[in-house]
Amino acid sequence: MNWLGLWTLFTKEVRRFTVVFMQTIAAPVVSALLYLFIFSHALSGRLEVYPGVPYPQFLVPGLMMMTIIQNAFANTSSSLIFSKVTGNIVFVLLAPLSHLELYLGFVGAALVRSLLVSIGVYLVALVYLDIAVAHPLLLLVFGALGAVLLGTCGLLAGIWADKFDQVATVQNFLILPLTYLSGVFYSIHSLPPAWQSLSRANPFFYLIDGFRYGFFGHSDVSPWLSVAVMIGANIGLCILCVRLLSRGYKLRS
Amino acid sequence: MSAAISVRQLHKHFGQVHALRGVDLEIRQGEFFGLLGPNGAGKSTLINILAGLTRPDSGSTAVMGHDVQRQPVAARRAIGVVPQELVFDPFFEVRDFLRIQAGYYGVARKHKAWIDELLSALGLADKASTNMRELSGGMKRRVLIAQALVHKPKVLVLDEPTAGVDVELRQTLWAFAQRLHAEGTTIVLTTHYLEEAEAMCERIAIMSHGTVVALDDKRSLLGRHPWYEVSLRLDREPAELPPEVVDCLSAREQGWLVLRLQRGSGDLARVLSSLHDCGLSVLEINTQEQTLEHVFLELTAGHHTAGVARS
Repeated sequence: MNWLGLWTLFTKEVRRFTVVFMQTIAAPVVSALLYLFIFSHALSGRLEVYPGVPYPQFLVPGLMMMTIIQNAFANTSSSLIFSKVTGNIVFVLLAPLSHLELYLGFVGAALVRSLLVSIGVYLVALVYLDIAVAHPLLLLVFGALGAVLLGTCGLLAGIWADKFDQVATVQNFLILPLTYLSGVFYSIHSLPPAWQSLSRANPFFYLIDGFRYGFFGHSDVSPWLSVAVMIGANIGLCILCVRLLSRGYKLRS
Repeated sequence: MSAAISVRQLHKHFGQVHALRGVDLEIRQGEFFGLLGPNGAGKSTLINILAGLTRPDSGSTAVMGHDVQRQPVAARRAIGVVPQELVFDPFFEVRDFLRIQAGYYGVARKHKAWIDELLSALGLADKASTNMRELSGGMKRRVLIAQALVHKPKVLVLDEPTAGVDVELRQTLWAFAQRLHAEGTTIVLTTHYLEEAEAMCERIAIMSHGTVVALDDKRSLLGRHPWYEVSLRLDREPAELPPEVVDCLSAREQGWLVLRLQRGSGDLARVLSSLHDCGLSVLEINTQEQTLEHVFLELTAGHHTAGVARS
């Protein structure tokens, strides 16, 4: 294992997004907080999804996971497609980094960025909301599983895409709808049975539901089922991604 | 001692185009090797395969004994490649960029002084803290050369390193390349400037249509060309030239007769004798030795014509 090479790739990717901190950290925090303020103002006092949990508090974990999903995907996909389009991907491809090291370096940075944004949302929400954490370890597990899953999805999109437009298509027509329809703003128990069944087919639902369990100790499905689904999805996508990297699919002609 | 680069029966297709057609090549350790050929001959494809950027359809390649396909990490450690395109990472300054490259190879700390030496040798010391996107084209080219050397590779591949760069950079680059060569680095150069290859390289391969059409040391390659040119200035403009002169006349330029003669054939003696017989005196005589360009053009003749015909 080329540990220093892996560390260099990871820190380079972290520096890449910290150089544009306002765009990659501050802006997503502000966007999530706008959702929180608007929905809290509109629905506060009218909805209580879980017993004893006011709607604004209910909303916070969903928004945190939403930022994890979107930022983890954005980090790997934008880094890779930018490098491919500008041609500087060649510096990574020429280097003695294995397929696994490439995967870990890119996804590791996505994990850091998405967790930073998510923690930012939580810290600002704490200023005016009282939100206790019931299961901190589970919270961390779901946060990490979500970040790795979406970091891998972003990497896959970046590998597949030849231009920015294709990455934006995946982001806007797949990731965004799946995120909004996964229960960020509601519990699936409030949906008709058919929509409930459909929601269970959405992998992001398990992320948000499990993450919410970490905060409140309440969830729509068992958190252990969510952990199992997410571990399975992560392993499957990780294998696919490393295989594509090892074949050089769309990276090495 | 294993070869620095070994290529066996290498084939590569890009769709319908057969870019490499069974290339065989061996470059010895410590050589300054020239890889020449017209555009589309397959040079860059071959280099990209050696660098692990392109995968061959069949055949094998090895760098310092490490199979590029089976031992990619070891092979990449042994080779440094200066890409043809001016690519750069706009997020970082020059020194940071080089440290990152060294970090990929696991030598960032160990080669800190070497990075400083590279910056100095390539005239980049005062640009070390400049962002890559603020550099001129020539400066970016220097950084590309430095990035290929950060891990002190045994084999350095310069893929058209002087394309579109000024005289100063060329001189800096060649002086540095000669220093590396003297220190034992194997250097593979592709260039369209044939005089550079002629001046720098010990052995030269010429590629055309995806195959190696000539591979020899420079002297032997130049010796293959059976012609040389002689220019004569006569005491007066003759009304008619003797047939011995007409047979080998290739041009008449401003009072000079330019003759193309076969080496070792006695043509020159016959020409001079015939001129003397006609009462013409030779005032000046110039001999032009054959150049790599002559050899190159002869060996790759038809490349462009064939390319046009195919398209």
